[in-house]
Amino acid sequence: MSDLWRLTAHEAHEKLRAKEFTAVELTESVLARVDAVEPRVHAYITLTPELALEQAREADVRLASGTATPLTGIPVGVKDLIVTKGVRTTAASRILENFVPPYDSHVYEQVRRAGGVMIGKTNMDEFAMGSSTEHSAFGPSRNPWNLDLVPGGSSGGSAAAIAAGECLVSLGSDTGGSIRQPAALCGCVGLDPTYGRVSRYGIIAFGSSLDQVGPIGRDVEDVATMLDCIAGHDPRDSTTAPDPAPDYRHYLGRDVRGMKVGVPREYFVAGMEPGVKQAVETALKTLEELGCEIDTDFSLPSTEHALAVYYIIAPSEASANLARYDGVKYGFSDRTAGSMWENMEHTRAHGFGNEVKRRIMLGTYALSAGYYDAYYLKAQKVRTVINDEFAAAFQKYDVIVTPTAPTVAFPIGSKVDDPYAMYLNDVYTLPASVAGLPAINVPCGFSEGLPVGLQVVGNFFDEGRIIQVAHAYEQAAGFANRLPRL
Amino acid sequence: MPAVATDFETVIGLEVHCQLTTRSKMFCACSTDYAGAAPNTHVCPVCLGMPGVLPVINEQAIADIVMTGLALDCEITPFSKFDRKNYPYPDLMKGYQISQYDLPVCKGGSLEIQVEGHEPRRIGITRVHMEEDTARLLHRTDPVTGDGYSLVDVNRSGTPLMEIVSEPDMRTPAEAREYLVRLRQVLRYIGVSEANMEEGNFRCDANISLRPRGQAEFGTKVEIKNMNSFRAVHDALVFEEKRQAAALSAGEKLIQETRGWVDERNETVSQRSKEHANDYRYFPEPDLPPLRLSSAFVESVRARLPRLPAERKAELLDLGLSEHEAVTLSESRDRADYYDAVRAALTGGEPARAAKLAANWVLGEVLRWVNTTGRDIQDLPVTPDRLAELITMVGQGTVTAQAAKSVFETMAESGKTAADVVAEQGLAQISGSDELRDMVRAVIAANEKAVADYRAGKDSAIKFLIGQVMRETKGRANPALLQDLFTEELTEK
Ligand SMILES: [Zn+2]
Repeated sequence: MSDLWRLTAHEAHEKLRAKEFTAVELTESVLARVDAVEPRVHAYITLTPELALEQAREADVRLASGTATPLTGIPVGVKDLIVTKGVRTTAASRILENFVPPYDSHVYEQVRRAGGVMIGKTNMDEFAMGSSTEHSAFGPSRNPWNLDLVPGGSSGGSAAAIAAGECLVSLGSDTGGSIRQPAALCGCVGLDPTYGRVSRYGIIAFGSSLDQVGPIGRDVEDVATMLDCIAGHDPRDSTTAPDPAPDYRHYLGRDVRGMKVGVPREYFVAGMEPGVKQAVETALKTLEELGCEIDTDFSLPSTEHALAVYYIIAPSEASANLARYDGVKYGFSDRTAGSMWENMEHTRAHGFGNEVKRRIMLGTYALSAGYYDAYYLKAQKVRTVINDEFAAAFQKYDVIVTPTAPTVAFPIGSKVDDPYAMYLNDVYTLPASVAGLPAINVPCGFSEGLPVGLQVVGNFFDEGRIIQVAHAYEQAAGFANRLPRL
Repeated sequence: MPAVATDFETVIGLEVHCQLTTRSKMFCACSTDYAGAAPNTHVCPVCLGMPGVLPVINEQAIADIVMTGLALDCEITPFSKFDRKNYPYPDLMKGYQISQYDLPVCKGGSLEIQVEGHEPRRIGITRVHMEEDTARLLHRTDPVTGDGYSLVDVNRSGTPLMEIVSEPDMRTPAEAREYLVRLRQVLRYIGVSEANMEEGNFRCDANISLRPRGQAEFGTKVEIKNMNSFRAVHDALVFEEKRQAAALSAGEKLIQETRGWVDERNETVSQRSKEHANDYRYFPEPDLPPLRLSSAFVESVRARLPRLPAERKAELLDLGLSEHEAVTLSESRDRADYYDAVRAALTGGEPARAAKLAANWVLGEVLRWVNTTGRDIQDLPVTPDRLAELITMVGQGTVTAQAAKSVFETMAESGKTAADVVAEQGLAQISGSDELRDMVRAVIAANEKAVADYRAGKDSAIKFLIGQVMRETKGRANPALLQDLFTEELTEK
């Protein structure tokens, strides 16, 4: 009973239904695991054990009445930029350190409706700006595979919690790789849905035209299950697609023979670790053995520009999105200065971390009179070029397969003072984000004992296909639900 | 330096912000009915600008702005978008305002104005776009320390706001005032706004510059803010016209700046020069998809577009009414509708006569009631049908014109029909000659002087005598019959 936290969500669901244990027992097991490892991992900003047990008791009632869903009674970690009514939501920023939202986000509503049990709010880079979870006002999370290393970011807490057994499935958010890269570095599955597939209502905004919430889990099936729960139209988010989401579990266990797979050469360049390259090449062989038609003679020439496009558009949007944090209405407020304007300046100077301030300045600059055309407008045009290249590629291929990150997890502190080196860690995840395409990370082996991730990118609203490929690969490769010794 | 007395031409353009009367706010479901409500009671996470919220476009507001565009002869653009206008201020909950920058819903329209004594002119409308209103700041002073502080009332935040920008086509402050009057009239006619400047749901900023007459280029323009009435707009423009003319005549160079109107001092004062103007860093609102208006949607709005003041006025003139009557009756849509309904209910007579009779009543008793009670015409208990009934009774001689006024008053107070009031109060006209003859004789006996005057050839004396009977009968006597009876009685003697 004490090792229940090791189960995948779908295994736990079967056993809950078979009454092998109760949701309360499962939650207690996870909470005990949290007690044991959280001081070393620091996956959470806020833990909600009493709430979790209350929700678990409700889940047991539902399980008994036969109205359970695949998520009923399943312990879930929720990224701390997902607004939860009555539960502090900080976006890992000092400026929101005491912010208790008066409303629920769409995705949390969906999780609660399905009977999910929230263990707590997971750590992240402040306002999702970062690739290592070191830019958290509450201190960094650590990679469960090696506590001296970063878990990736910005959803580092959500990925670390999965790998450390501190929840069974979690919610992250992806703006430029923030689900896929930490999933890769922590050996989990993570899916960034098509822009518009999941409602952003109640997601503290970073880059509004890029942000998407998505699941992180121990295997593809758990991720498909969570996506089923959160995907679909929401009238409160005008950018969600109007049509209903398909049943993603339907794509599990399906043959991938004859599937056309493009592997762009721009993703195998200098800066990539040999161990990562080797793991990805082995994965491509596995896909070939499964009957996929692999084409490596394929180019996405604008790939390298995605980084520049991203670092203009996301900070521009962020500079406006973060303007509301002025200390007047909620959150941290420095009122020691004399005038209103001084108080607002002090609040922002002390409330935001350096990376956030850096991006606000970048974005403000890019939108300024006289620079708008050269930066923001140009970036939008290049974004269209990138979209067009992907559109042409999906005329030929069913999916595009690449490495998720050029390296495995790196030491805490090694890149935090070199923003550009940190930004380069997202070069493989940024293009799909900029284009708004769905992409999944699935573990594909290890390099010197650390997890390596494979990225499968799909066409718009083709999450089913990437789940199908990732699941087939996972079943063949056998890297699902591998947990580190902690 | 030779003194040159230059003749200047004034150039004025107006920007009007006008709150729409939709039931809910622009981007959330909060009610806009917050007038008189306690502060911060009509709010939700969206209009409070809480972390994580998203806007959803109010379709009624879009229908309203399309109707405004149609009423102002604008082109309705099939593709428009929203943008973020960035500026930090405590009344702006998100730190940016959702507005429209380069692709407004409506562009390129016009509005006809006519200043009394001048020819009509068409004033160009550059654009009409949609945005959201800000919260309200209430400035207070601490009674103990004397320090100033501000409170925020978020009720107004997110109310749909339409900005109507004119071309710099006006040439006098009187034209500017007339433009505002006509614009307000159109907005009220189509029912999209209460357009009340004193209540703040119709606000105006003015741009004014002077140039030597005959010069094509515009002079340096000044923006004037803080005008809270049509009179203030007019007076501020008059002041600014004089100030700029004096400065230019003295050879001074004007600076492009924003000036505020100070009502109590009757002058404009410099607020900030444009060099320190905000860079609003507009960019497309990523939370809202572009607005694509189908022609079916635009046509459905057009189908609901009521006849506009200019058309209503022309119809009234065609009925044979005077310019003054036509203007007054078409002042508001309710008034014009009321008048039309009265006229339509007056069947069976000559149409021109019915038009005139209805006009007399509406311009007389009906507007008197509106003015004295301060209520709306549609609240008048005397419905158009009932007023037509009363007018018909006068025409048929059932009640005298004089008594009819008191019948109307009773109808307005009690909500009763004319027939009921006349029956209850015994106000039916007295047309029995026997009954009246006794009164006529009594009046002749009691008014020797008037009788003598009449006999001495002063015909008007008979009016006095008739008036005496009218007073006694409370106006119920048939005046024609009285005339006959007096003539008869006075001649017999
Ligand atoms: Zn609201």
